[in-house]
Amino acid sequence: MSKYSRRDFLKTTAGAAAAGSLGLGATWSQDAFAQGKWTPEKGAKLRVLRWKRFVQGDEDMWLANTKKFAEKTGIEVRVDSEGWEDVRPKAAVAANVGSGPDVIISTFEDAHQYPDKLVDVTDVCNYLGGKYGGWYDVCKSYCTEKGKWIAVPMGCAGNAVVHRIGAMKKAGFEEFPKDLPGFLKLAQAYKAAGIPPGFALGNATGDGNVWCHWLVWSHGGKMVDEKGNVVIASPETEAALNYGKQLYETFIPGTLSWLDPNNNKAFLDGQIGMTTNGISIYYAAKNSQDPKIKEMVADIGHANLPIGPIGKTTELNLFFPMMIFKYSKYPNAAKAYLAFMMEKEQYEPWQQAAIGYVSHPLAAYEKNPLWGSDPKNLPYSNSMKIMLPNGYAGPMGYASAATMADFIMVNMVAEAASGSKTPKEAMDRAKARAERYYKV
Amino acid sequence: MLPAGVLLLVFLTYPLGLGTWLGFTDAKVGRDGHWVGIENFQYLVGDAVARLSLFNTLFYTIVASVFKFALGLWLALLLNRNLPFKSFFRAVVLLPFIVPTALSAIAFWWMYDAQFSVISWVLMKAGFIDRYVDFLGDPWNARLSVIAANIWRGVPFVAICLLAGLQTISPSLYEAAALDGATPWQRFRYVTLPLLTPIIAVVMTFSVLFTFTDFQLIYVITRGGPLNSTHLMATLSFQRAISGGSLGEGAALATLMVPFLLAAILFSYFGLQRRAWQQGAKD
Repeated sequence: MSKYSRRDFLKTTAGAAAAGSLGLGATWSQDAFAQGKWTPEKGAKLRVLRWKRFVQGDEDMWLANTKKFAEKTGIEVRVDSEGWEDVRPKAAVAANVGSGPDVIISTFEDAHQYPDKLVDVTDVCNYLGGKYGGWYDVCKSYCTEKGKWIAVPMGCAGNAVVHRIGAMKKAGFEEFPKDLPGFLKLAQAYKAAGIPPGFALGNATGDGNVWCHWLVWSHGGKMVDEKGNVVIASPETEAALNYGKQLYETFIPGTLSWLDPNNNKAFLDGQIGMTTNGISIYYAAKNSQDPKIKEMVADIGHANLPIGPIGKTTELNLFFPMMIFKYSKYPNAAKAYLAFMMEKEQYEPWQQAAIGYVSHPLAAYEKNPLWGSDPKNLPYSNSMKIMLPNGYAGPMGYASAATMADFIMVNMVAEAASGSKTPKEAMDRAKARAERYYKV
Repeated sequence: MLPAGVLLLVFLTYPLGLGTWLGFTDAKVGRDGHWVGIENFQYLVGDAVARLSLFNTLFYTIVASVFKFALGLWLALLLNRNLPFKSFFRAVVLLPFIVPTALSAIAFWWMYDAQFSVISWVLMKAGFIDRYVDFLGDPWNARLSVIAANIWRGVPFVAICLLAGLQTISPSLYEAAALDGATPWQRFRYVTLPLLTPIIAVVMTFSVLFTFTDFQLIYVITRGGPLNSTHLMATLSFQRAISGGSLGEGAALATLMVPFLLAAILFSYFGLQRRAWQQGAKD
């Protein structure tokens, strides 16, 4: 378990204790961010569980902002970090047993798995939305239930195509293709250039799900319709799987076994020329001491995934909801903490420190200077705006979460792409498995 | 007696009972379940992935256990000889068992990596292959690769336990057998093996149980992939119950492991531990 160290904890809470003893807590209600909305409970202490950073700057600045909050309010905040895939089961257990961290920053549609266990945060979201240009539409899908906000959107780890510019230009592409035929041609060109594409087809929760959902959605296929009926076995999905098979033929060998870290390693080693990923590959290259990797920085390009026949963007990104649990003794302190962390003074520097690893959910943060500081950041700037929600086009909840956790979409694409099943067989298997979850 | 009884009740009976109960409900994470009878079990019997996980688990357990037994026994016999630095070697043999599983699993994950495998690199340099071996990307390669990792990890346990058993055999029995003109094979077959059988039964029962319920190696190395070809019942149960939120279905899958585990235990106790034939009588 990765944990906020005792030393870090002492540093943060010592600041808080000092602030409290100096009476700084009294300034709380006058502070601009709080506006007296969430008067913390007396003696409030918070435990926050979040996913462990993908880029160091994120964690450093998150902790610095937390410390700032502790100093301003006198509220002790302990931040624990866990690998992102471990947060979901822990949150589930916390919800189930009614005990655990006050705030959990989890992934995807977790808030819809146990909505009745979560504190209504409509006041926080209305306040932030009103102040910062409104929430992107997809936030409402993830974080509202029956008109109430049940989680505060933190943003998403945007995914984009990460590729090598030099080889692309050499193959005759002046810019990154925006349609599927062009994308396939580019993949073939990368293969011919000796740096083939590589997209995860193992049980990779992030990278596998992201590109496989895009593949099917971009062709008009979807797991369920608006009413939650399983409609994955369709001509659109079949077209997507056939396209995926052609794409797979250009891949570097071994992608069927790839988990989330594989594409990062292969890209930075110069073995692949194209993949989908967060901005972490670029971040790692920029911060590397290895001259070979440093040299690569200028040649790394980013682009949004192409648009398919349905004519609109169909990306899936790793969304992060911030949830306060009803068992918390300090819901007001927790609300104040989340509001504070989402305020411009904290959020923008945090985004900058993470060089845009997390894309914002509030429209006002489009103006964060981060996005203009390096043109390569731009494709990640609109991740929340262009994405579709988990379980598209149906309702979010237990079934959509279980369907993704069971890798039904990824396995279907992998089976068809690798030729172990025909597209029709793969679709039918996916349909049978998904119907199990969507029957409730 | 009472404290022990309470401990067993709280930490063994209750979780097992709760797990079994959940298997008969449609409990979801964060929601109470309702009794659904054997519906979860019926679904799992018809579910291709669950059936594949059963096959994988049996294949994994049988192949790994056979190899662990053969290699463990061989190693124990070697270590039972008067070797120089005997204590040192006995300590070294235990290393794979001492290293935390997650750590050794990460090492194997690297060794089997499609792009960075040290095994492939050595074979390439030696001119045996012209492209990296796809250890984890091909279903059968992946099954065999995770089995190899499990064998590596499990052999020391078997070897050291059998070595302990070997050391309880009185040297006078070997001397008597030698005087009777027994060959080395006959000494092994008629002295060592019968006297070692009770401990083999215990050790292999534990080994089979550990292997059948293995989780960490698979979870770190393949997550059950590719195409679910390395999903064991334990990993699939976790995936469905915790990651997927289907507590009832996951619990049912875990409960389905119990009959197999019981069968392994019963085979060990009523099969291997029958003493009559060890005393030279017929069964």
